[in-house]
Amino acid sequence: MSTLSYERKYRVAGGGLLPGTPFDFWIGPFYVGFFGVTTLIFSIVGIGFILYAAAIGPTWNPWQITISPPPLSVGLGIAPLHEGGIWQIVTVCALGAFTSWALRQVEIARKLGMGYHIPFAFAAAILAYATLTVIRPMLLGGWGHGFPYGIFAHLDWVSNVGYQYLHFHYNPAHMIAVTLFFTTTLVLAMHGGVIQAVVNPPLGEHVKYGEHENQYFRDTIFYSIGPIGLHRLGWFLAINAGVWSAICILISGPFWVEGWPYWYDWYLQLPFWDELDLPGLSRVM
Amino acid sequence: MARFHSLYSSIQIHGPKDEAIPVPGRDRFGILGPYISTWLGKIGDPQIGRSYLGWWGIASLATGTASFMIMGFNFWAMADWNTVAFIRGMAWHKLAPPTGPGLHLRALPDGGWWQIAGLLLTISILCWWARLYTRARALGIGTHIPWAFASAIWLFLCIGLFRPLIMGTWEEAPPFGIIPHLNWTATISVLYGNFYYNPFHCLSIVFLYGSVLLWAMHGGTILATSRFGGEREAEDIVDRGTAVERGSLFWRWTMGFNANFESIHRWIYWFALLVGVTGGLGVLLTGTVVDNWYLWGVKWGLAPPYPAGPFLDAIPEDIARAIAERQIDGP
Repeated sequence: MSTLSYERKYRVAGGGLLPGTPFDFWIGPFYVGFFGVTTLIFSIVGIGFILYAAAIGPTWNPWQITISPPPLSVGLGIAPLHEGGIWQIVTVCALGAFTSWALRQVEIARKLGMGYHIPFAFAAAILAYATLTVIRPMLLGGWGHGFPYGIFAHLDWVSNVGYQYLHFHYNPAHMIAVTLFFTTTLVLAMHGGVIQAVVNPPLGEHVKYGEHENQYFRDTIFYSIGPIGLHRLGWFLAINAGVWSAICILISGPFWVEGWPYWYDWYLQLPFWDELDLPGLSRVM
Repeated sequence: MARFHSLYSSIQIHGPKDEAIPVPGRDRFGILGPYISTWLGKIGDPQIGRSYLGWWGIASLATGTASFMIMGFNFWAMADWNTVAFIRGMAWHKLAPPTGPGLHLRALPDGGWWQIAGLLLTISILCWWARLYTRARALGIGTHIPWAFASAIWLFLCIGLFRPLIMGTWEEAPPFGIIPHLNWTATISVLYGNFYYNPFHCLSIVFLYGSVLLWAMHGGTILATSRFGGEREAEDIVDRGTAVERGSLFWRWTMGFNANFESIHRWIYWFALLVGVTGGLGVLLTGTVVDNWYLWGVKWGLAPPYPAGPFLDAIPEDIARAIAERQIDGP
């Protein structure tokens, strides 16, 4: 039962994380496994509650459906179903589904004799989500600090929380995260570009390989990191984009309560130059 | 299995250095190396260079350096040529565009330096594009990388040239400077009603985050199959090996769909490229076609109408009136 010509020989039994590898079968192209079943259960319950919240809410407009966290007065307690309780159930289901999905990736990697790099990277994304919805709200003492589930509702939350700290671009961890996002995308474009370029040469040219990939980047940017190093770099950059995003919001509130522009006062007031009465800054700011 | 998971190359074999592939003009413009760096070799290829300069490279580096020096000397001048103040304020120094209407050239202290620095930077970037293009042609490979770079140039020019031209003032362009250009991004968003409601900004972010997701997926797949030679992608595109089969089946079994070793590079290429294309469109429409993205969002049902009552009294009368009118005229 497989569609790809070479697929059958890879569909081996066993090798899962749990004894006996329960649910060790495929449905169509999908591997099921124990964690496929838990993913499905968490997803059905979570999506079901999202639909229920939409049904009792004011709109079916998909841009505007909002499932808000409990009010801050609930603190870290359990909220009534219609006043943030659904948000709490959806959050638990989401974390359960994401974690199950990662563990299912581990099982599939084991069946295929692959490393665990993919579930490891996915874990960084799960960590970022957990930071926003669990860790930071717990540090601040209220589930109300989580973000609402909704397309523009979560954007409003990002915008509003950003301006609570006056200007979020001054957050040094946010600077690092944004730089990592852009760098990841740049490296991605360069990699996708060069692989397509060597196997799709102009008419009349032969297909090229690593020698020409290396020479192109040595010619243009002086250094070619090479095929294995390049995937280490991209994987590392992508994971760090997620991790530093988590850090930048985690420190906002629990560890820094003022506007982020004020964070730089320690630097501007270093004793060495603070006593020099320097010209310049006050005038150009 | 853990022994395959090294992030570092613990054994480095340093054989003869790679000689540059011979192409016309190469000997004349060959520069830098080849050198061997053991430290770079722990992560990737240990060899730096042999690189290439060429006329496009010379022009790009010359104009880029000139632009950079103009910015730096302006910063230094703003610090009254005090070197300590110059260093202390490096992140805050600003070279601002000319203020007021009109696109004509200005006196140097009134934005002229900004115009010259911007022109030189633009020339430098376009020369770098030509360098990427001519080197690809010289090596007999496709020109995919320069066209991806063109997407970034498009966004750069939409922000700093095309939109100010349409708006009829350089004042709309961002200043040069680390924190000043961040201030500009925050300010333009607020001035035009919050960029989060700009649909092309939404798309650009989707492609940006999607790029990071795809890099994590692709990088993870290749590293996880490296014991089967997964990183030799071009070879595996031409002649499929077990690394491709395992990497493909991983995603097929996980999410019911897989790319192949060639098509994944089309996915990542277009995701990265569309960040710049859609971002540029979003910038270009701001203030030219759409004055206030929040009200645009209300009009098209992305956001609920602004609540009536005390909120409206707290904002300027003309904006309150605009909001009220949109509510009546809404779809």
